[in-house]
Amino acid sequence: MSEPLVEVSDLVKTFPIKGDGFLQRVVDQVQAVSGLSFDIAAGETLGLVGESGSGKSTAGRAILRLHEPTSGSIKFEGREVTELDSKAMQELRQRMQIVFQDPYASLNPKLPVNDIVGEPLVIHTKMNRKERERKVAQLLSDVGLQPEHGNRYPHEFSGGQRQRIGIARAIALDPDFVVLDEPVSALDVSVQAGVLNLLRRLQDERGMAYLFIAHDLSVVRHVSHRVAVMYLGKIVEIGERKALFQTSAHPYTRALMSAVPVADPHRERTRETITLEGDVPSPINPPSGCRFRTRCWRATDLCAAEAPELVEHTPGLLTACHHPIGPDEVVTRADTNSAVLAD
Amino acid sequence: MTSTEVGNAAVTSDALDDEVMLRVEDLSVSFPTEDGVVQAVRGVSYEVKRGEVFAVVGESGCGKSVSSMALMGLLPKTARIEGRARYLDNDLLGRPDREVRGFRGSKLAMIFQDPMTSLNPVYTIGKQLAEAVLAHHRIAPKVAMERAIDMLDVVGIPQARKRAKSYPHEFSGGMRQRVMIAMAIINNPDVIIADEPTTALDVTVQAQILETLLEAKERVGAAIVLITHDLGVVAGMADRVGVMYAGRFVETGDVNEIFHATRMPYTAGLLGSIPDLDSEVAELTPIEGAPPSLINPPEGCKFMVRCPMARPACGESEPPLAPTDRPGHFSACKFSHELEGNQDTSEIFKPASVSGGAS
Repeated sequence: MSEPLVEVSDLVKTFPIKGDGFLQRVVDQVQAVSGLSFDIAAGETLGLVGESGSGKSTAGRAILRLHEPTSGSIKFEGREVTELDSKAMQELRQRMQIVFQDPYASLNPKLPVNDIVGEPLVIHTKMNRKERERKVAQLLSDVGLQPEHGNRYPHEFSGGQRQRIGIARAIALDPDFVVLDEPVSALDVSVQAGVLNLLRRLQDERGMAYLFIAHDLSVVRHVSHRVAVMYLGKIVEIGERKALFQTSAHPYTRALMSAVPVADPHRERTRETITLEGDVPSPINPPSGCRFRTRCWRATDLCAAEAPELVEHTPGLLTACHHPIGPDEVVTRADTNSAVLAD
Repeated sequence: MTSTEVGNAAVTSDALDDEVMLRVEDLSVSFPTEDGVVQAVRGVSYEVKRGEVFAVVGESGCGKSVSSMALMGLLPKTARIEGRARYLDNDLLGRPDREVRGFRGSKLAMIFQDPMTSLNPVYTIGKQLAEAVLAHHRIAPKVAMERAIDMLDVVGIPQARKRAKSYPHEFSGGMRQRVMIAMAIINNPDVIIADEPTTALDVTVQAQILETLLEAKERVGAAIVLITHDLGVVAGMADRVGVMYAGRFVETGDVNEIFHATRMPYTAGLLGSIPDLDSEVAELTPIEGAPPSLINPPEGCKFMVRCPMARPACGESEPPLAPTDRPGHFSACKFSHELEGNQDTSEIFKPASVSGGAS
């Protein structure tokens, strides 16, 4: 168990921006992911959280080579994934799967559910039809659907049920690692809870590792063992869930947690909040040094000059910040307001 | 104030001296479709007073947006709208457009979910705001533009004069939503209907926008009808709350009542299914199943099939929104008294929480 299941180091993914002209010349580059490093142990859930444009989804896809990484290394059980040829890659895909965000767009509307869930079995196994049917029925019941409904089409299912179908497809080949890309953000809360419970139970039963990508911190907290917070293509803080949620040293993590409204009128109206100024800057032209500095109330000249490295400031937590917040330090609204923020 | 019949779903408050800005009575909206008539809203009544925030909360498809679009005359012509809606002494429904156009957009303003599609991409921000003024006032365009710039400043857009010359695509999502708030308050409205105003935004931006919305409300002294699915937003913003399910209010009351003295199993289920950032729970308590179809909905309580407290009596007739043991608190559950004195009402969903096979 010493070796991590998935090991990502210095992962970079850039996308070209093409001009409007006929030649579609590349006029610029967006660095969606700029040097991510983390590992995931077998049976573990790493939550990857960030706002829109933080590069979290791109990272998830690059790890599965659904987007070809620009540079960096991805190791699966110690094997370099980026160097595999297409045949070896296909072999490996049985063990690495993904569940997409939109349960309406990710299922083929023309196929009955049995075929959708059975497709990976057709491609990757030598099961005969009988065996396949039995397996699909089992999978559907594992995700809380009725196997008799397998001959129905996706449009006959609700959003939550469709997401369960997507999960059944992802676990059909007993993968060791599943990327969950915002698996519940398209769902209503009452339905979301059921899907989260299901994901947890499947992990307990099958020992899969998850990369759980989400923008919702409370969901991430609920499912993750460790959590990484991304901002503009970089991890700003990563560590044990408890440490991150209780003693986060990064101003952005603190602000993100503070911005999540609490469903309790008394607590929500009396708690200390940090309100960040402005929006996330464009990833085409990210700020120099620390990318969060334009919205940070603790920023100094050092932050503009030098990008901070991930360093352990609090036990169990790596934080990329020149001015980390102490574990017992309480950030008040006055602190965040007193700082005048330059563009 | 006349004691109008507010129907069985009255949402009232003790303070009578407060001016009621908007009163909706027994509003129903249905859409004829090929498969049958969709009863999207089935008898919704509420009132909002000056300075008050009334939150309409519910999951997708419960009719919360349709009920407000009906007030603003934004539904397609095929929609059948019944019931009454009054802004001060003016009827809003069942009248020709030209008679209500005067206050729609000025005295009654609306903020939509998606600021991306709510602004015209080919006009500058300033021009669009000025146009909103000119539509309702006979003033010089220059004066209207000055007003537009003032409003951009009010909603926290830096360098308002310069930014008024920008086009929507030059603004970020949060900035665009600020522009929408500016447009909503530019004619000093009495009622602002905000339909999921922060759903398309990131949380750190959401916090700013909600704050701006409250400041804008204070400035013009309007009432807000806040439509949202997010109970966290409700907890921070609302004075009173109406929880919608299958086209009706199933629970109404003061915000503290709804969260801490829940009297409707559906609300309890919603509260129990939210993961809390401040505490760790092993298992969330989802509500099993999905909302019913609104084409030929089943008899009786519409929540019955998902309700852990359901029993045969629930299927006989749909329970009306009736007073509970708490003042100003209404619930559409025949057995709401069973939730009295229950500290954690979401407990009732616990036995049903293990979905398909246990672990």
